[in-house]
Amino acid sequence: MSRRDLTLHLGLVAVLFLLHFILPAYHHGVLARIMVMAVYAIGYNIAFGYTGLLSLGHAMFFGAGLYGMGLAGLHYGVPAFPAFLIGTACGAALAFVVGLLALRTEGVSFMIVTLMFSQVAYLALLYFGAFTHGDDGFVVPDASRTLMGLSLSDEGTRYLVAWVLFSGALLGSLWLIRQPFGRVLIALRENEERARLLGYDTKRRKLAALVISGAVSAASGAAYAALFGYVGATFAGVQYSIFALLWVLLGGAGTVLGPFVGTLFMFYLIDLATGLTDAYMLIAGVALVGLTLFAPQGIVGELRRRFWKDLP
Amino acid sequence: MDFGPYLMLAMLEGAVLAAVLALMASGLSLVFGVMRVVNVAHGEFYMLGAVVAWAVTTLLGAGPVLNFVAALIVAPLVVGAMAAAADMVILKRLNYDPERTIVATIGLLYILQQLTLMTYGADARPVVAPFNERIALPWVEWGDKGLSFYFPWGLSTTSYKLFVIAAAVVLIAALKLFMAKTRAGLIMRATQGDREMATAFGVPVERVYALVFGGGAALAALAGVLIVPIQQAHYLMGGDALLLSFIVVIIGGLGSLSGTIVAAILIGLSDGIISVFFTPTLAKMIATLAVALVLVFRPQGLFGGTSR
Repeated sequence: MSRRDLTLHLGLVAVLFLLHFILPAYHHGVLARIMVMAVYAIGYNIAFGYTGLLSLGHAMFFGAGLYGMGLAGLHYGVPAFPAFLIGTACGAALAFVVGLLALRTEGVSFMIVTLMFSQVAYLALLYFGAFTHGDDGFVVPDASRTLMGLSLSDEGTRYLVAWVLFSGALLGSLWLIRQPFGRVLIALRENEERARLLGYDTKRRKLAALVISGAVSAASGAAYAALFGYVGATFAGVQYSIFALLWVLLGGAGTVLGPFVGTLFMFYLIDLATGLTDAYMLIAGVALVGLTLFAPQGIVGELRRRFWKDLP
Repeated sequence: MDFGPYLMLAMLEGAVLAAVLALMASGLSLVFGVMRVVNVAHGEFYMLGAVVAWAVTTLLGAGPVLNFVAALIVAPLVVGAMAAAADMVILKRLNYDPERTIVATIGLLYILQQLTLMTYGADARPVVAPFNERIALPWVEWGDKGLSFYFPWGLSTTSYKLFVIAAAVVLIAALKLFMAKTRAGLIMRATQGDREMATAFGVPVERVYALVFGGGAALAALAGVLIVPIQQAHYLMGGDALLLSFIVVIIGGLGSLSGTIVAAILIGLSDGIISVFFTPTLAKMIATLAVALVLVFRPQGLFGGTSR
């Protein structure tokens, strides 16, 4: 890991910490949410950006974390941190099972299969409404939203916990792709056939990448349940799978900073649009088409292409 | 109502669904077959067909029959032209790269859906059917007094529903004939078979693609016009329709028109019957899971031959 990389990413982490003290209340709250969702995008980026697995069903992993955490708190009174771990484990387990099946396909079929599995998971949430509270969702009990005596519904605590999680995910993904394992993932994205010829067990590594990606996405979902206290089926719907894709594409697939940059931009763009019209998803549609047409590399990808060749 | 007539009623409802589904899915299948493009925005073309039908009938304000005929002509033309334009402006520039076109059509889905929300609004609006006589259906039963023949209460359909089934049969037969017998159909099949070879033989592949994409969307729009007197037009109606057409196209074998039609009948009828016995959510869940597993273990579809 070069010194410049480390300085840049630690710099972002430090700036986000400083912003805690100076941001006005509204933006402070928005940024906490963005950091949690950026973790979801970071998880998605591990599968899509680095391994080249274009999934259209990541909302099921986010949902697994969200519901794993929330239901453990609601039905069994599990405290916040163990519930967070349960949620993350749920996501990893789901990603393992989905991966075993879906990774038998590739390309377009993989996209459709993940979309359909995710749809099944969403419908299951509605069908077992007696346990999951279906469409209405539920509020996570306060007992499960307390960490070391601090209430997670307090805005200061919430921001700092989101910051810790985000920093961990950002630096973790930077570390991961600088490992030999991470380099193999990139090789899979670039040319799977060649990676197989070099003797790598590509199936196994793709599965591992999907499980890591699912676990990180689920960690984001679990943190969302703990920090914002609401769990609902919309978070597991198709739209949230598309959001992850959109954030990563906008920021730059296959870059460490991309997911955060994309989430930040899209959040504020949609925030502006909701002030103007109900049809705020129009922005998402225009952005998706525009990005595929004019900037398939995203913001950070363009920066890398023009100014900083070895940006991770 | 007894079980027998009840099942018959479910099958009739299923047949209407199958007819509309076959029409819509053959559009999706055509686009995938010729262009190798998975059009995620297909459901929105179906929705636009229904919405344009509503707009035409409202603007024209003639009798129900004239209104409906006008809608049947105008909606596919308008929607097809929009789709052809989208193909030329967006998909062509992506060079039909499979993954990028999916992302772009997802974007197109949201653009069309949200523009409809902004202009047409969030209400569901009906279109009056051109004719809608209730037709009571007879039922035959072997009772104590031998064979009896009667009209059970509630076992009925409408002339319009029968018309939908007939119209779909005619349209699909026409599509098959068009693909098999005409020169334009031959050119499409040539493009499907080998794009580069077709180019070498002077086939204007780009124009074929725009026409196929527009034609596929027009088929979805026709399905939308046919369904709107039964189901109201709503800006979110494309979602479920898209999912069902995907299921049909995958079960039928990606890109195979005959397989698609068989699968549409199978899915339409079983959906009608299953939803009598199970809740719709469970039915959808099982169907989606089954189809995902088909795609995992038998990617050429249940009826498809070997994949190319």
